[in-house]
Amino acid sequence: MGVTEILETMEYGPAPEAAGPALAWLDAHGRRFRLFINGRWVEPAHGVFFDTLNPGTGKPLAQIAEAAPQDVDAAVAAAAAAFETWRRTPGHVRARYLYAIARQVQKHSRLLAVLESLDNGKPIRETRDIDIPLVARHFYHHAGWAQLAEQAFPGYGPVGVVGQIIPWNFPLLMLAWKIAPALAAGNTVVLKPAEFTSVTAMAFCELLQEIGLPPGVVNIVTGDGKVGEMIVRHPGVAKIAFTGSTEVGRIIRRATAGTGKRLSLELGGKSPFIVFDDADLDSVVEGVVDAIWFNQGQVCCAGSRLLVQESIADRLIAKVRARMEALRVGDPLDKAIDIGAIIAPVQLQKIRRLCEVGIQEGATMWQPSWACPQDGFFFPPTLFTDVAPSSVIAQEEIFGPVLVSMTFRTPAEAVALANNTRYGLAASVWSEDINLALDVARQVKAGTVWVNCTNLFDGASGFGGYRESGFGREGGREGMIEYLKPVVEPVLAEAASGQPEAGAARAFSAPDYAGLQRASAADERLSIDRSPKLYIGGRQVRPDQGYARLVYDPDGRLLGEVGEGNRKDIRNAVEAAHAAAAWAQATAHARAQVLYYIAENLETRSAEFARRIATMTGRSLDDAGQEVLAAIGRLFTHAAWADKYDGLVHSVNVAHRDLTIAIHEPVGVIGIACPDEYPLLGFVSLVAPAVAMGNTVVVIPSEAHPLAATDLYQVLDTSDLPGGVVNIVTGSRDDLAKVLAQHDDVDALWYFGSAEGSQMVEFESATNMKRTWVSYGRRLDWTGPWLDGEEVLRHAVQVKNIWVPYGA
Amino acid sequence: MAILTPRIAPRVDLRNPGIPFDPGRIRDLRVNRSAVERRAATLPTRRTVKREWQAAWLIRAVQCLDLTTLAGDDTPGTVRRLAAKARQPVRPEVLRGYGLDPGQVRVAALCVYHAMVPSAVDALRGSGIPVAAVSTGFPAGQTPFRLKVEEIRESVAAGAAEIDIVISRAHVLTGDWMALYDEVRAFREACGPASLKAILACGDLGTLRHVAAASWVCMMAGADFIKTSTGKEAVNATLPFGLVMARAIREYAEATGYRVGLKPAGGIRTAKQALDWMLLVKEELGAEWLRPERFRIGASTLLTDIERQLWHTLTGHYAAAHHQPMP
Repeated sequence: MGVTEILETMEYGPAPEAAGPALAWLDAHGRRFRLFINGRWVEPAHGVFFDTLNPGTGKPLAQIAEAAPQDVDAAVAAAAAAFETWRRTPGHVRARYLYAIARQVQKHSRLLAVLESLDNGKPIRETRDIDIPLVARHFYHHAGWAQLAEQAFPGYGPVGVVGQIIPWNFPLLMLAWKIAPALAAGNTVVLKPAEFTSVTAMAFCELLQEIGLPPGVVNIVTGDGKVGEMIVRHPGVAKIAFTGSTEVGRIIRRATAGTGKRLSLELGGKSPFIVFDDADLDSVVEGVVDAIWFNQGQVCCAGSRLLVQESIADRLIAKVRARMEALRVGDPLDKAIDIGAIIAPVQLQKIRRLCEVGIQEGATMWQPSWACPQDGFFFPPTLFTDVAPSSVIAQEEIFGPVLVSMTFRTPAEAVALANNTRYGLAASVWSEDINLALDVARQVKAGTVWVNCTNLFDGASGFGGYRESGFGREGGREGMIEYLKPVVEPVLAEAASGQPEAGAARAFSAPDYAGLQRASAADERLSIDRSPKLYIGGRQVRPDQGYARLVYDPDGRLLGEVGEGNRKDIRNAVEAAHAAAAWAQATAHARAQVLYYIAENLETRSAEFARRIATMTGRSLDDAGQEVLAAIGRLFTHAAWADKYDGLVHSVNVAHRDLTIAIHEPVGVIGIACPDEYPLLGFVSLVAPAVAMGNTVVVIPSEAHPLAATDLYQVLDTSDLPGGVVNIVTGSRDDLAKVLAQHDDVDALWYFGSAEGSQMVEFESATNMKRTWVSYGRRLDWTGPWLDGEEVLRHAVQVKNIWVPYGA
Repeated sequence: MAILTPRIAPRVDLRNPGIPFDPGRIRDLRVNRSAVERRAATLPTRRTVKREWQAAWLIRAVQCLDLTTLAGDDTPGTVRRLAAKARQPVRPEVLRGYGLDPGQVRVAALCVYHAMVPSAVDALRGSGIPVAAVSTGFPAGQTPFRLKVEEIRESVAAGAAEIDIVISRAHVLTGDWMALYDEVRAFREACGPASLKAILACGDLGTLRHVAAASWVCMMAGADFIKTSTGKEAVNATLPFGLVMARAIREYAEATGYRVGLKPAGGIRTAKQALDWMLLVKEELGAEWLRPERFRIGASTLLTDIERQLWHTLTGHYAAAHHQPMP
């Protein structure tokens, strides 16, 4: 085109990034990539390769190996062998390796950026300015954690061989998010890239060879979901870290249930983008662009639900449409386009299908007037208005450049709409009123809340979800802890000394009326009947079905009876626990005061509790008295922590004017199934930290020795604990735990019982992705100091990172 | 969704006559600095022009240039030299290389102090290039109001077709928007047929919200252009300032139909900077703003770098500054 014509229109011309060096690199590898195991490239055992496509053209880019089970075995074996050395490699040396990786990524940044764009279809601007710089930053940040791990996490060490499975939307960045913390903490890795996007992982392996990372520390096996399943099920893997869909996350949760494999899941989202009438609307529009038209909307934390205050909705929608008209979709390697190609035809079809559903549901679809390129997999930016919260497109993750908008009238309604989702990955809040913005940021259920910004990421800030967006964090201190575990596990050897035998663990499955009659007849000095009930909503209530459960001492003498709780009692208890949610808003000081008061009131009745424990368990009165003392001490410990286990302000590498605040928020309603060991101390050790952090709980006391817990509710009643904060349902631990595990409105479940029960809890909790903490049938040391600190507290909170860039 | 508020059709050829002062507009303005800075930082990374597109855009930059000299040692002689450069800003063989008629490419205006207006008018006679005069006690604006108005009248009488006024920053900093409106309104009347460019002196205004408010008040008072800076503030033409002003211009056009121009000035020395400003204007306001009627760049040394880039794009050779005829 001639200069004269261009001067007429002032159009943009083509601005292609040269693909030559990247294509030459692919050619030099014969466009065929093997598996990276034990520091070497190896042929896949079955000799199978598959094509990876360039989404910008739809044409094959290279061939990728399909790993066979033997290959995964070899990779895990290599990682296990390397772990023995790597775990003992000094932090400083690990730091040098991570630092070298970061430098190597920077040195080859343009090659990696172009390869990523070719393989994924995302714009070169994004890979060049966002993905690859964040990759380098992540390794730099975690080089620091490697250096500091021993000082920063005393008593903690690596987990072992970590299996990592990553998605196709940020191929190299997700690899960095996985590998950097794993290596920093001293773990070794078997990682599977997404089948659509393995190329940059192959280039990464070369960088590892260049820096001389010891063989086996990082192993990369490529292939489809079957390879992922092999990793998940592999007995040699100690932890699984997965980023991807909630659907697959659920499968992984179920597959690993009961195995003791640690799990962190970063799953889907339908994140709200909330705009108040006092926001800077022109900046909001750019925020919308960054929220939903970043990476073609194929972002787990994409701000895909635009919630606008009604008074400004028309103005904002008009501005968004005008902005959409100016967006440019096209060749991902063009430096002046905003939206590249969708990853694959299957994804394109899903986006189209959901848009059709939206239209059928009566929503109004709007797309710019211009047309997308025909070659390659492209979809235009799309805006739906007239969307109801009940619409499929308002609830389902579309994972494409499709924004749905709804309106609200008040901040309370905005929060209600924002939280009307099964997900909780991220949120964006726009207002120039700091009171309003922070109020909403605290109320939205999401792991990351961006105030007047969106889609900002950094290695120093934890990223991860609430609810069905998964659990665990990546980045920052909260991300490192996911790759660490206590060096000394608080597990007791079987029948260790001083450990009470669960002597009363006889069959309690059916109420034994005959036994009750015998016992009553035998007792001539019939005292006034004390019949413990369930404790729900701060009141003593009879069990729904009017059955009682008999409690015996180790010699088989009947001690009394407790209510036989059933599923309706659990339902009622969970509702009471939700009704007491204001507990989370009480100040930490106020919560601590209540715990201290409980301790005080327990102390005045300590002799009675000691007698009760001794009678129930057959232990000496002295031993039982020690348990009461320990329980009082633990109440003090968690009362103390209430206003001290607080969050952090992260030093993110985004702007000098930014506050990124990592807040410890309560998880919500936690179900707790108490151990039989230490009927009082076990109860208190779990309930105290949960309550101290602002959670409300539904507790199943020790099945064998429930009376200490039922005695305790009288103490709770006299200690200013608001009704519903602690609810106690006696009965069968596993039956009741199953009801809790299957309850969609329980946020976490802690289970201390059998191996089978642990497996059940983890499996059933997959339904709503509740956080679980189970004992796998191991007998734990309930007197140990591990119950006095972070190892417990971290289960009682979830970290919310609130980003607040500011500026006068 | 309710029916969208109809946009008022653009009144393409009309000067902005101004509108009555609307305090609600000022009250409702919101500008989020960090979000504006993020947009400004990514604008030049989201768009770029290469090869003949870059050449065309740079030639348009020349056509939008207010070639400026505002120095204490300006003389009729230096102004005549600058005027000659204004007539022929790019070497004819370069322009011909791009298939352009050298006679078609000239700068938008020559911008001088009042004292130099007669020399500039004289030197540009017959070229069609207007003379712009900085005025109203430029750069600080701390002279008596009566003299400011008189200065405008005298410059117009001396042949200046464009007047670059400075606003009283005190009106902004004290929030006396009505006083600012009245001041600019009076300047506009004094301009008569000459177009008025209102210099906001953004670097003096303290906040981006003040920049937005000052933009609105000047447009409501009838400014033809709003201009970032005098070039004498500690901070001059920055993209965040330009972004806030461009958004105000867009909203004013949507509300009234009048398309006010944008003039960044101060510190723009490289072709890359000029292109960044043009990308901002095209992205935020549209290609119809990328013409001298609605976009100017105030600069004195920018031209040399543009000429070097045009040479490089044409020949593939990096250019020497001393090969470009100096002003």
